[in-house]
Amino acid sequence: MSHDLVARIFLPAFTNPHLAKLDDAAIFDTQGRLAFTTDSYVVTPIFFPGGDIGKLAVCGTVNDLAMMGAVPLYLTLSFIIEEGLPEDELQAIVDSAQTAAADAGAMIVAGDTKVVPHGSADRLFVNTSGIGTVPPQIDISGSNARVGDKVILSGTIGDHGIAVLSQREGLRFSTTLQSDCASLDKMVAQMLEVSSNIHCLRDPTRGGLATTLNEIAAQSRVGIRIEEDRIPVRHEVRAACDMLGFDPLYVANEGKLVAMVAAEDAERVLGAIRRNNLGREAAIIGEVTAGRAGRVVMKTSIGASRIVDMLVGDILPRIC
Amino acid sequence: MKFTSEFRRSELAGGLVSRIHRHSKTPARLMEFCGGHTVAILKHGIRQLLPPTIEMLSGPGCPVCVTANVDLDKAMALAKVPGVILATFGDMLKVPGSNSSLQEAKAEVADVRIVYSTMDGLDIARRNPQKSVVFLGIGFETTAPTLAASILQAEQEGIKNYYMLSQHKLCPPITRVLLDLGEIKLQGIVCPGHVSAIIGSRSWEFIPRDYGIPCVVSGFEPLDILQCIDMLVSQIESGEARVEIAYRRGVRPEGNQTALKLLDQVFEPCPTSWRGVGTVPQSGLRLRERYRRFDAELSFDFDPGPTKEHQGCICGEILRGVKTPRDCPLFAEKCNPEQPVGPCMVSSEGSCAAYYLYGVQGSAFKVPGFPISV
Repeated sequence: MSHDLVARIFLPAFTNPHLAKLDDAAIFDTQGRLAFTTDSYVVTPIFFPGGDIGKLAVCGTVNDLAMMGAVPLYLTLSFIIEEGLPEDELQAIVDSAQTAAADAGAMIVAGDTKVVPHGSADRLFVNTSGIGTVPPQIDISGSNARVGDKVILSGTIGDHGIAVLSQREGLRFSTTLQSDCASLDKMVAQMLEVSSNIHCLRDPTRGGLATTLNEIAAQSRVGIRIEEDRIPVRHEVRAACDMLGFDPLYVANEGKLVAMVAAEDAERVLGAIRRNNLGREAAIIGEVTAGRAGRVVMKTSIGASRIVDMLVGDILPRIC
Repeated sequence: MKFTSEFRRSELAGGLVSRIHRHSKTPARLMEFCGGHTVAILKHGIRQLLPPTIEMLSGPGCPVCVTANVDLDKAMALAKVPGVILATFGDMLKVPGSNSSLQEAKAEVADVRIVYSTMDGLDIARRNPQKSVVFLGIGFETTAPTLAASILQAEQEGIKNYYMLSQHKLCPPITRVLLDLGEIKLQGIVCPGHVSAIIGSRSWEFIPRDYGIPCVVSGFEPLDILQCIDMLVSQIESGEARVEIAYRRGVRPEGNQTALKLLDQVFEPCPTSWRGVGTVPQSGLRLRERYRRFDAELSFDFDPGPTKEHQGCICGEILRGVKTPRDCPLFAEKCNPEQPVGPCMVSSEGSCAAYYLYGVQGSAFKVPGFPISV
């Protein structure tokens, strides 16, 4: 069964010289520093407005590399398939993974498939790894934020989480909202072209913007201050969050980044982000401060301030 | 009109805050009945903007929090009955009963589904005719009409496998009990917005009449709440006490007659148990005789076992307004949203969760201030 799937679905889609050899591992030459990452994708439903688990897996892995300033080169994809998944659905997911990889200029050089009995997985799980090269002089890390840096957000928050949630059983509501699922490697390259003072990059996925900012504040031992009114949120996302009792700050994104950039370069980097189609609504949302290390504070719309903490537990819809 | 951003404008907020500062002379303790208000007040930082004369106190208005363990245990036991699918609002999933939560029951054997609307619960029943779907009916007057509508719909369609565990609670009776207990002295009450949209602002008239306390119904946006506080301050300073509405886009004095008729058609008042208070007569809702066949308690054989209270948890006192989350020795230590001991730490409208999430974790630090134009 698995062998058959490889021949019929995976090889034709991911065709490249490394994979075509069907050896136990891919061999390739590289130069310089490498970035290496892994992730697993268990999103439900596996198809959602604006993407599917295949595109999500590739974009997510590419973004993990891009957030280190790396140029994505090689990916691996492993599929754990629940028995009974329709073949046309698998084909669609594999095709969209390949399209996403090609867009990012990355090659899928190894993979694996396992079919497990009904009930042993929820339709389809995808595990990935990714390798990229890090150009010389690049030093981007969650621990590099410096007091005075500006905090730049590349666009609206919460689109992915709300788009996926709108499709869940029992929560289904109609919205034209699409997931923002996208690879950010080109945006990062454009940012690095205009500035060598980009200190941190991170994509606010699970846990949302709030969790990402808290992670950076803790890692860099700095305070972060943001302003609620500067954070772009789509009206549909805000409305859905109000209805469900969520805070957009904690809702997942899959095609956004947060950058900590030296103040003197901030406008230039913002311009570079905005020139990219995925970053048109980018904004400077705050700055890194000498405030209490690890603490994120937000000026609210009405001029008060509050602490923005990490996401704790899962977000669940409220009663009323 | 988007009904959100218009009610968060800082220049209008500044104007209201200035008025409150100018007019408030008498120390006043105001209780926001509703958990939604507690969350909004902390989330937008409203407390920081108020003069020292005004103290805000959280009340019992979180339906998840006030559900007593004896009732939670029934839900856990029902969820474990073979062939039962328990449909519930998401808030309920992690609430700890005497021994476990629905989430734990779900991990073991139970089929628990989170829904947003009662009609989604009905839909699960339609798609699983061989199973019994029990909707966990928790909530105040706000959600009860939608449960009533689902019962009528089930009856009309002849859906035989849909049931309800009604643990609904009514707001005016518990407010009267809290005021009669006399443990807290209040100068004003921020009346719940969504509940009042259903029952009407007139339902609160007994408070100024019998207790001399000013009441203003509020919406949930920062400007709604500030306007409500401003109106309460005006009443307090002029020595008046009446019911007013600061949420006219949602609330009428007479309420929503359609919803009230639905409620009355399907439910009747009954005694029910409140966390921290005990049994209060005529403060719950049960299905009327005609709809008893939908009553899960009468339709299934299940044993909730003995009820136990959470050791050291002061949720009951917090719900009565006698203590605040910061008075609890478990707060943020043994009890946090990851490992909740009591329900107030679980629900998105619970006082403890709101205090935890919005950084009111202790008195040891102050949030660094932003310039506030007052």
